[in-house]
Amino acid sequence: MTKRPAPEPVQIVKQRRDSVLRALVEGVPYVQFLGIAFERRGDELTGVMPFKDDLIGNPILPALHGGATAAFLEVTAIITLSWAFIWEDMESGALDVSDLSHVHLPRLPKTIDFTVDYLRSGLPRDAYARARINRSGRRYASVHVEGWQDNRDRMFAQATGHFVMPQRKG
Amino acid sequence: MTDKLKQANQFIRALPHARALGMQLQTLELGTAIISMPYADRLVGDPKTGVIHGGAVSALMDTACGAAVMSHPSHPAGTATIDLRIEYLRAATPGQAITTEATCYHVTRSVAFVRATARDEDSETPVAMATGTFTVEGGK
Repeated sequence: MTKRPAPEPVQIVKQRRDSVLRALVEGVPYVQFLGIAFERRGDELTGVMPFKDDLIGNPILPALHGGATAAFLEVTAIITLSWAFIWEDMESGALDVSDLSHVHLPRLPKTIDFTVDYLRSGLPRDAYARARINRSGRRYASVHVEGWQDNRDRMFAQATGHFVMPQRKG
Repeated sequence: MTDKLKQANQFIRALPHARALGMQLQTLELGTAIISMPYADRLVGDPKTGVIHGGAVSALMDTACGAAVMSHPSHPAGTATIDLRIEYLRAATPGQAITTEATCYHVTRSVAFVRATARDEDSETPVAMATGTFTVEGGK
């Protein structure tokens, strides 16, 4: 009977995943400008956009700018899609992530179209978003994103987008 | 700059997110708004190419469409986006400003219909096109 290899220590696994995610997110200036961060549980990502005055569109209400909401949902879709694209190579070791300053993360998916459905005005509070990849083929992907604030059951916006996937080498 | 445009520009500058993105109103009359957004490093979506993030283009589109609704001769008292669809035709050329022209082409008692086109400085082909519907708050 062949001996099964010992499972990777959990700290190593977490450190690898968190550092790749960080490299992915911190590499995009506009994501930093909006202050968007991602929380991770296993492979599931939740986008978090902490409230700041720069995000206001209507100063009288006040409400989040529709453009900030759209950008937040689009960022969540792109990062979730890119994360899913990287995941397998990251876990198998095909993507060498030992030195992230030199790691060649794949190109980001390119947005073809993005449709935002504004359900209620965005409050001056933190916003959260989660994306579901409905289809991801070799060239195209279709993604749905849900955005909420205080209550998970009360979405303030949702969106659907189509993307061109980066081409795998070889 | 006419007084009316100056006033409208002050309005745009009073929107914190529009100001943060450096948006400038060029034209605003009879349901048409032209707003430009200068290139800036903080707006970049792909650091490998320097191309502006689609989200920043979305914000520009949304602002221009909302302004177009507000400038419609039916004088809506306020507006909010119901739905906005954006098609990204090509990557914007790094270093160039993006200018959006939005037209509110029909208004009912409760809904305004808008289309918009975003261009950079060098090509006939737009960077992006948008179709949106907006609420119409208490007209007249």
